[in-house]
Amino acid sequence: MESRLFKKAVYRLAGDTGLLVEFGEGIDPKVNAKVRAMTRALEKTMPTGVREIIPTYRSLLFVYDPGATHPDILCPLIEQVENSLETLAMALARIVEIPVCYGGKFGPDIENIQKPHGLTTDQVIQRHCAPAYLIYMVGFTPGFPFLGGLDATLFTPRLTTPRMHVPEGSVGIANNQTGMYPIASPGGWQIIGRTPLRLFAPDRSNPFLYKAGDKIKFIPISEQKYTRLEQEEKNR
Amino acid sequence: MTALTIVAPGGFTTIQDKGRFGFQQMGVPTSGALDSFAFEMANLLVGNDASAVLEITVMGPKLEIRKEMDIALTGAKMGMTLNDKPVEQWKSIRVKPGDYLTISQVQQGCRAYLAVNGGIKVPRVMGSFSTYVGGKIGGFKGRPLQQEDTLETHDAPLLTSPRTLSNEFIPKYPTHALIRVILGPQDHYFDMIKTPLWGSDYMVTTKADRMGYRLMGNPLPIKENMPKSIVSEPAMPGSIQIPPDGQPIILLVEQTVGGYAKIATVISTDLSKVAQTTPGDTLEFEKIDLKTAHALHMEETLKINRIKTSF
Repeated sequence: MESRLFKKAVYRLAGDTGLLVEFGEGIDPKVNAKVRAMTRALEKTMPTGVREIIPTYRSLLFVYDPGATHPDILCPLIEQVENSLETLAMALARIVEIPVCYGGKFGPDIENIQKPHGLTTDQVIQRHCAPAYLIYMVGFTPGFPFLGGLDATLFTPRLTTPRMHVPEGSVGIANNQTGMYPIASPGGWQIIGRTPLRLFAPDRSNPFLYKAGDKIKFIPISEQKYTRLEQEEKNR
Repeated sequence: MTALTIVAPGGFTTIQDKGRFGFQQMGVPTSGALDSFAFEMANLLVGNDASAVLEITVMGPKLEIRKEMDIALTGAKMGMTLNDKPVEQWKSIRVKPGDYLTISQVQQGCRAYLAVNGGIKVPRVMGSFSTYVGGKIGGFKGRPLQQEDTLETHDAPLLTSPRTLSNEFIPKYPTHALIRVILGPQDHYFDMIKTPLWGSDYMVTTKADRMGYRLMGNPLPIKENMPKSIVSEPAMPGSIQIPPDGQPIILLVEQTVGGYAKIATVISTDLSKVAQTTPGDTLEFEKIDLKTAHALHMEETLKINRIKTSF
């Protein structure tokens, strides 16, 4: 397969306080690995005047204070980091385990996954738990992970009518994507299970369990274990 | 100590400060006061430094005062009375326990800012007091204010003399606003020579809130040879994204990710102008370059500093 990685990054203006740097096209693990490596390298020595660096599937968005820096200063700095990247060893992705109680009241749509593909509930669970999914980016709502690597035999379209309320912790599938709802929100994903973990805990010093570049591994648990873990989370 | 009781909450009243920074990569939008100039002035008029204020939308609240304080209302023009007697905006007003402050319907603009000296006291969540309604965090219990909510303020000395903002600095909030933009990041998805973005009006629809403003006007089609959407990427406040129907949406401060191409981005100093328009108002876009935008940003910073040192 032809790599979709650009030879050199492409710089685009995002208003008077944003600079978007694209490293490639589409959803591609190689492109995303470069985004990750750039993020790590830049976060270590945050350039003066940069307020935030936001990694995505294929690009980095720099939010800057125009009183303190300028794209003319930032672009060569970023280019320098890009050129030094070859020599940087890529750290291994951290794997974060997420316990999930599948089916039943927590996963009302699991039949919508198994029926069209002729699978049993156990097969759906097994195939959903097998990969370690790369978190390409986080967004949409706080802590919502965009995951890559879903088994093709689980691809299922969204619900024809979205739900008004998808409970916090729900795990779902939409076409070739799988993900989790850290906060309750409306949504059209096929819900196959739920995690008792708080994926967004704003009252904790670190409100999140993972970030872009980590991998997520789902671990199937029983309803009893779900209840126990949920209680532990509340007492934490 | 209780400082305010909400007798009636108004249309949509939330607690905001400058915003929540550093968590956009985790999907947490900045939130914060949409009209940063009016926000700064409200605080300045009561002697605060960027404290938490009330952001009031279209219809004002009625408040019972429970503590002696200085207050100031800036931003959108809304009638205001203290114990049924009219009082002015853009100046400090001394209030006492037992007073009733009533802010009525908007006459010009969309959002007003009420500061109290010391600032509204709410828990700091991830570095900010701002309410992020979609995420149910910040401000007062992560939601707009409701009847019978009681608010506390930080203790702070009262002003030694009243403060008034000079007329020359008080913005007008016209129903037709000229909004300056910088092209991109995806202007290459559009035919920028034939585009109707310049020289035609876009009306603010009823789908206009802190997340974004949906506009209606001449559609902005994506070029035949370009995809109809982009791989999801972060969006700056002010991004003008174009969904398949060609009708622009200006993203504001409660959304971090967008999947549509962005033809242009509203400059930071004009975001407040967008936020002060209401459904039915019209926007006209003008293209400027980065140098001009940065000069305007600098000018705004200097103006605020000049006002600060005048008190």
